Amino acid sequence: MTTRAAPSSAPSPWRDPVILLAVPAVIYLLVVYAYPLLWLLMKSFTGPSGLTIQPYISFMSDPFNWRVVGNTLRVAAWVTLFCFVIGYPAAFALARAGAVVQIVMLVSIILPLSIGAVVKAFAWQIVLRRDGVVSQLLVGLGIWDTPQRLLFTETGLVLGAANIFLPFMILPIYSVVKLIDPRLSEAGATLGATPLYSFTRVTLPLTLPGIVSGVAFVFSMSVSMFVIPSLLIGDRFQTLATLTGRSFLLMRNEQLGSTTAVILLTLAVAIVVGSTWLARRLGGST
Amino acid sequence: MTATERLTRYFIWFIAAFTVVFLMTPLLVTIAVSFGSSTVFTLPPPDWSLRWYQKLANTRGLLPALMVSLQVAAISTAIAMVLGTLCAIALVRGRFPGREAISTFLISPLMLPGLVIGIAMLQGFKAMGLRDVYASLFVAHVVITLPYVVRTVVGALSLFDFSLIDAARTLGCNYPMALMRVLVPALAPAFLTSGMFAFLASMDNYPISIFFTDAWTKTLPIQMLQYVEETPDPTIAAISAGLVLLAILVLIIGDRLVGLRKLADF
Repeated sequence: MTTRAAPSSAPSPWRDPVILLAVPAVIYLLVVYAYPLLWLLMKSFTGPSGLTIQPYISFMSDPFNWRVVGNTLRVAAWVTLFCFVIGYPAAFALARAGAVVQIVMLVSIILPLSIGAVVKAFAWQIVLRRDGVVSQLLVGLGIWDTPQRLLFTETGLVLGAANIFLPFMILPIYSVVKLIDPRLSEAGATLGATPLYSFTRVTLPLTLPGIVSGVAFVFSMSVSMFVIPSLLIGDRFQTLATLTGRSFLLMRNEQLGSTTAVILLTLAVAIVVGSTWLARRLGGST
Repeated sequence: MTATERLTRYFIWFIAAFTVVFLMTPLLVTIAVSFGSSTVFTLPPPDWSLRWYQKLANTRGLLPALMVSLQVAAISTAIAMVLGTLCAIALVRGRFPGREAISTFLISPLMLPGLVIGIAMLQGFKAMGLRDVYASLFVAHVVITLPYVVRTVVGALSLFDFSLIDAARTLGCNYPMALMRVLVPALAPAFLTSGMFAFLASMDNYPISIFFTDAWTKTLPIQMLQYVEETPDPTIAAISAGLVLLAILVLIIGDRLVGLRKLADF
């Protein structure tokens, strides 16, 4: 993270007075953030008679809940795939573009990042209507015969969510692509490598750390999105996050809500830990 | 240039153009609808009008919600700036074990599902006896804003040459004066950009705020979502267009201060 000069003279690392400056923030987060999370975790394992995994067993014995888990992972996988297919070439375009194109691209990536999900999901409600932009475009191109409604369909949800998360795929990949010398593949070509060979042997491995962090970002955000599905697909389609929100806000079923919340939390932590480990391994091998 | 290379190049530029159009679509649609006269989001609008902006003033609940959001965002960002900067100095200057772990811990609220954090806080605050809506919102939003400050200020501080402070002291400044004259100006861009993004993140937050609002006190995103579900009309587009304008302003200031490319650093 930081590169600094070697320590001059520190008798005990804990005696460094500068550590005190970190204390307020750390204590604050421990009290209002870490403690509540641990409490939630504990509570989900506590039944009327002590420690139990009963809530998880009853959660998993209900086929409806398996559909919810399936919905969550399937939508997240499609969103991530869509973002990757668009985001990977887009990151190259951004890194190699001339000054003007680069600014246009950067603005169109960063500006939506500073606008809330409610605003963008509301806009997609309009875009995905039967008379919306997407329907008009597909009919105009002759792909569809008649206008269709994409709002409240899974395709619509994937499209809207991919739109909102795309910057989180492009930016991490861009940050590694801009470090690659474009002359590398020229050098490969001079040495007789076909474009495909030099892509799979040189470019792709160099961009893998960016891909890992982009995929991790988009996948974990898609798994835990809440506002976007409630606006774009509605109550008939439940994901882990919407079910968690509903159990607390509407159904007042805190037991179910705590269970799904802990499953979500576990998924998110697994993605963060897994991607960090993978990125470190990849960073070490190249 | 071979045929494959040319094809690849065309493909990449096609994707680039698609990306720009795709990403800008929701913003352009929102703005177009907000200036249209149609009640049912017809695009392109049959006629231009400002009726939704006029209706904005008479829509109950939006203005109070905007005020709540602005207050919560401003105060929580201010607290996060103080806590975050102090902590960032410790992380960059300190030599103690577990610095990596502490910085991961401070940034982790960005990586975990907001909804789960919200639920945990709801129950945790109840257990601690914190029931006041405003206080809960402030306390919760500091957790949202803190990671932005820590991340950016740590980045700026690790590029800062601390021997400049010693130089200033050699030249006759006392320690606080050296900090004010050398460190603060050097960190000003990082303060401003992290503050702005923290502010926007707090303004836009839905999944944590939803657990701390009641019938009388709502933040803007929550009031907006409720409005969309109850009476969907382009009034929401008008207020969204206002938020887009706010984001554009922030981006222009950010560009002037640190440059667009720096803002794209991940």
